[in-house]
Order: sequence, then structure tokens, then C-alpha cells
Amino acid sequence: MRLNIKPALRAGMVALVLWLPLAAIAGEAVPVAQDPVLEQRMIALSEDLRCLVCQNESLAGSRADLAQDLRQEIREQMRAGKSDKEVVSYLTQRYGDFVLYKPPLKPLTWLLWFGPFALLIGAAGGFYFYLKRRGTRLASETLSAEEKQRVEALLGSNGNES
Amino acid sequence: MKRFMIPLGIFIVLVIFLGIGLKLDPREVPSPLIGKPAPAFSLALLSDPARQLSPAELRGKVWLFNVWASWCASCRQEHDVLLDLSKKGIVPIYGMDYKDQPADAQAVLNSYGNPYTETVVDRDGRAGINYGVYGVPETYLIDKNGIIRMKHTGPVTPEVLERKILPLVKELQQ
Repeated sequence: MRLNIKPALRAGMVALVLWLPLAAIAGEAVPVAQDPVLEQRMIALSEDLRCLVCQNESLAGSRADLAQDLRQEIREQMRAGKSDKEVVSYLTQRYGDFVLYKPPLKPLTWLLWFGPFALLIGAAGGFYFYLKRRGTRLASETLSAEEKQRVEALLGSNGNES
Repeated sequence: MKRFMIPLGIFIVLVIFLGIGLKLDPREVPSPLIGKPAPAFSLALLSDPARQLSPAELRGKVWLFNVWASWCASCRQEHDVLLDLSKKGIVPIYGMDYKDQPADAQAVLNSYGNPYTETVVDRDGRAGINYGVYGVPETYLIDKNGIIRMKHTGPVTPEVLERKILPLVKELQQ
């Protein structure tokens, strides 16, 4: 009996040693959640949401306590079959449009969405009229005889000097 | 002279906008819950975990709802202001101990005084999410019909109390 156990034990130990590297690899890849597809969906959605604690971070990237809670909340709602839209409206009902990095289009945000374009069009229009006025002004300007003489004298003297 | 007026005008407008930008507090996020019913919860009391409290029981009176925690340093700042207010007895203050150990919260109340009529315990922060809590302390004013009328984020200072909270309390209590 004793002799029988020893080889078995040794084989077991060898097997254990051989398993160790595998166990180490398995240890590094900690599963993020039970459902990787859902996790992907949660992260994709929370990339566009603001973490209210550290306001320049997205909900996906923040390590703030509240962000973790909200991610968990999103995860659970998605698991319960809620659509992305429903999850977002859940959050905006509580935290307002401020959680959205892309603010919704409504009268209050018109200036925000269209302001830059209005500014661009205004500036382009202003520039166009400025050029047009400048062109006609330059074209209409004619030199008097006296001025012509002075120009020629200046150019001529310049030409003589060189 | 006219040449300088346009750039000067643009400059002044820019300065005004930047000046306004400096005055804005990015932490003060407008709550979408103003004018909406206070979200329901049923949470255990700090003083007696066997008993529960829900906002529905407070119908008919104006009350302040203060979200705090023992780990929150700026809650300590407003503590004296709240204590003072509770001694005057103008408006009852109900507290919510947010994501905290009840024993720690009780220790704070024991050593610094208790301004709260009752404190409910929100261990996992779920009720807090429903109220849109993102940084303690936060204070809500709820009217007789259970509607949230005001929210203040950050510690309640004597100025905030005098200017923002108490006038509205008086108006709502009539």
C-alpha cells in the first residue's frame, strides 16, 4: 500500500507543477462580468455619459464610487432587457441633460448647436462684403494729373539711382 | 477712432463672457427633479434599524432632506449650521446617511450633535441615485405635497440658508 501511494503522489505533484503556469495565466484574465456582450454594450453607452463626480471623465472611464454604482445600475437594467434609450432616460431623469456628452437638440440648446455655424456664415458674409467694397473702391480710385507726375518722378528717380 | 472701436467692442464682449464663465460653478448642476415628486424610498432609521421611514409619511409638512455621510468632510462644515437651524425649530431636517457605516454615522451624531429629526440609512446608495445625488452634502427642500422645490449641492452656509432656503421655507409653509 505504502509503495503504491508514493508514485501516485509523485505523479500528482508533477501534474500540479505542470498546471501551475496555466493557473497563473488563468489568474491574470479576470472576467469583467458574466456576460461580455452586455459589458461591451454597457461600456459603449457609458462612454457618452458624463461622470458627475469628475466631470471631465466619462462614466466608462471613471473610478469614482458613484460611477461604479451607475455602471452597475446600467448593467442591471440592460440585463433586465431595457434598451439603451430607456437607460439614458433613466439617467437624465435623475441627473439632467448634463450627464450627456452629446446634448439633445431642443430650443434651449439651439445656440449651442447652431451658434458656431451662424458665426461662420456671419463671418464669411462680412468678409465677402468687405472684399467687394474694397475692390470697387480700389477700381474707382483714379490718380489726378499731379499725383501721376509725382508717381513717375518717384519711380523715375528710383530707377535712375540703381 | 472708428478702426479701434470694432476690436475694442469684440474684446469687451469677450471679457464679459469670460467673466461670466469665471463666476459659474461647474459643480452646481441643475437638478431635473425640481418640481417633481420626491422619489419614494423606504429605508431603515439610523436610530432604530427595525423601523422604516418613507417620504410619503411626511406629507403635509415642509421638510429639508439632507444627504450626508460620516466620511464626508464638507458635511462637517454645514453641521453647525444645521444644528442651529434645528434648534430654532423652523423646519424639520431629515437626514440620509449615504453609503456609510451606520455605526460611524451614529458616532458623528453622538460627538457633534444631532440636527436631524430622523436619519435614514442608504447603505448602497440606491435611494441616492434616485435623488440624483452626485456629491454629498446635498440638501433638498420638499413641500407639503411631497414635491421637491429646491436643491442645494455642497455645504449649507449661513448665507445659503438666509438667502435661498429660509425664504422659500416661509413661502411654502403658508
